[in-house]
Amino acid sequence: MPLLEARKISKSFGGLQALNAVSLAIEPGEIFGLIGPNGAGKTTLFNVLTGLYKPDAGAVLFNSINVTGKKANHVVEAGMARTFQNIRLFANMTAVENVMVGRHLRGRAGALGAVLRDRATLAEEAAIQKRSHELLDYVGVVRHAHALAKNLAYGDQRRLEIARALATDPKLLALDEPAAGMNATETRALRGLLERIRGDGITILLIEHDVRLVMGLCDRVAVLDYGKKIAEGAPGAVQRDPAVIEAYLGGALP
Amino acid sequence: MSARWRELAHWLRHDRRAKWLGLLSSGVALAVLPFVLDASVGRTWVRVIDLALLYTMLALGLNIVVGFAGLLDLGYIAFYAVGAYTYALLASPHFGLHLPWWVLLPAGAVLAAFFGVVLGAPTLRLRGDYLAIVTLGFGEIIRIFLNNLNAPINITNGPQGVNLIDPIDIAGVSFGRTNSLLGISFPGTHLHYYLFLVLTVLVMFVCIRLEDSRLGRAWVAIREDEIAALAMGINTRNVKLLAFAMGATFGGVAGGLFSSLQGFVSPESFVVWESITVLCMVVLGGMGHVAGVVLGALTLATLPELLRHTAAPMQQQLFGKVILDPESLRMLLFGLALILVMLLRPAGLWPSPTRRRELTSAHAPGAV
Repeated sequence: MPLLEARKISKSFGGLQALNAVSLAIEPGEIFGLIGPNGAGKTTLFNVLTGLYKPDAGAVLFNSINVTGKKANHVVEAGMARTFQNIRLFANMTAVENVMVGRHLRGRAGALGAVLRDRATLAEEAAIQKRSHELLDYVGVVRHAHALAKNLAYGDQRRLEIARALATDPKLLALDEPAAGMNATETRALRGLLERIRGDGITILLIEHDVRLVMGLCDRVAVLDYGKKIAEGAPGAVQRDPAVIEAYLGGALP
Repeated sequence: MSARWRELAHWLRHDRRAKWLGLLSSGVALAVLPFVLDASVGRTWVRVIDLALLYTMLALGLNIVVGFAGLLDLGYIAFYAVGAYTYALLASPHFGLHLPWWVLLPAGAVLAAFFGVVLGAPTLRLRGDYLAIVTLGFGEIIRIFLNNLNAPINITNGPQGVNLIDPIDIAGVSFGRTNSLLGISFPGTHLHYYLFLVLTVLVMFVCIRLEDSRLGRAWVAIREDEIAALAMGINTRNVKLLAFAMGATFGGVAGGLFSSLQGFVSPESFVVWESITVLCMVVLGGMGHVAGVVLGALTLATLPELLRHTAAPMQQQLFGKVILDPESLRMLLFGLALILVMLLRPAGLWPSPTRRRELTSAHAPGAV
């Protein structure tokens, strides 16, 4: 049974049909790539899946729970965490504080606990601290734990965002162009990190422009163009699909 | 010279005995303050300090909403009004009810928290300027209601306000008159001072603890980027409502205390200008920083009074007559001080480290 299933998702903004009956099924443990030319609707689909947009039609099932139209915080709670195409870290918090915010969801301490600092609250805080440092170490930015997020190098900010998303204990990690703006070395390191995350049992949904990364990393790929899914399958097959070639390079002249 | 100062500061901060000594001496200083003021500059000044402490509580409450969660609230004084009227109406001859303060202060707090949620719920989607306008309207609505709820049924007694409010009475010691203990006489203003001081310290303690907690981090996350906070699983609706409710709670308590101190409340005490003043205290002191906000509140609450008491005599002495009346001079200097602070210390007199970074990043690029 798929971990994430999108059934005929449609979404339009005014007169623009951004998504037109798009269906997807992501199996547990795989790395699923979502590609397509600029403006194809990838990020819109992403936002629908993660609860930031409500679809006009269609359904999203995650872990066999219907999360259609649920608010983003409930989707995260169900186990789907995400990063953003244009990095959205809490810029003026330190790296470790960013990850600690990611742990918020799995904590319980309320206002009373905060004021009284009872044993349970202190234990929870200590656990949050510990786990956050572990995650920073996991993605490789622990040496910048107490630096402000905005002062981190670009590649490190991307990694920090992944650590923050991992802090929510996701079953599925949805990454919106994680390699954007990275150089070849950073991309290679990122690939290593993503393979490691998959190895630890977390399914990955990846929007990416870097074709080499997608083709090398993904088990299956879906291609969007003008809000429609035009191809799906193993990377090699999709690459040879005439519809995909046309979408990217344009068709033959009549 | 500076090395010696640093040594002293280090000693004060890290030596256990120094810490206790500092705490003890400031405790003694605060304990004798009303008597010193009373003897040296008059009882009015004890009253000024009483009000300054109330403003400190208000500023700390507003700081939770504006400073921690980043929600601009221009109608905060409404919660002060709710607390004040709750106390006034239920402990005065107006309805003939005389409920004790230990019922009324919590009741005012709860009612204010309720109104905080009432204000917060419809404004959840609003931010910045839009939120400011709605909250401004809310503050005025409460005041106008209080002003007009004297007909057809007289509930609030309208513009005349409520008079002869019972002062707080702890174990038979009424804060409305002078009490003697061990041969020392404690006037009501002094007793109020001690109560306000204890409560202010308590509010400070609560704020400091909240700031460094799971909830405090969630507030800062919402202030920094609400969408990202939502995508991290923070229930932004509940967390924002909690900020409104907790901020309002402190306002409600301060309102009840105000009623007890004044013995009289009217809608005039809760005009928009009061909301702006409290906001200025937060901004001037350093948004989001508890110590800064306390400094801002004490400064803005006492400086105008200081001016009021010195401006006229000084002009009389210098020019032989009063050229600028103290009230307009007060406003002039108040505005000037705000402009200067915003120019020279845009993050406030004593900002929190995070806020300083946020507000100065435009001038100094983050990357070093």
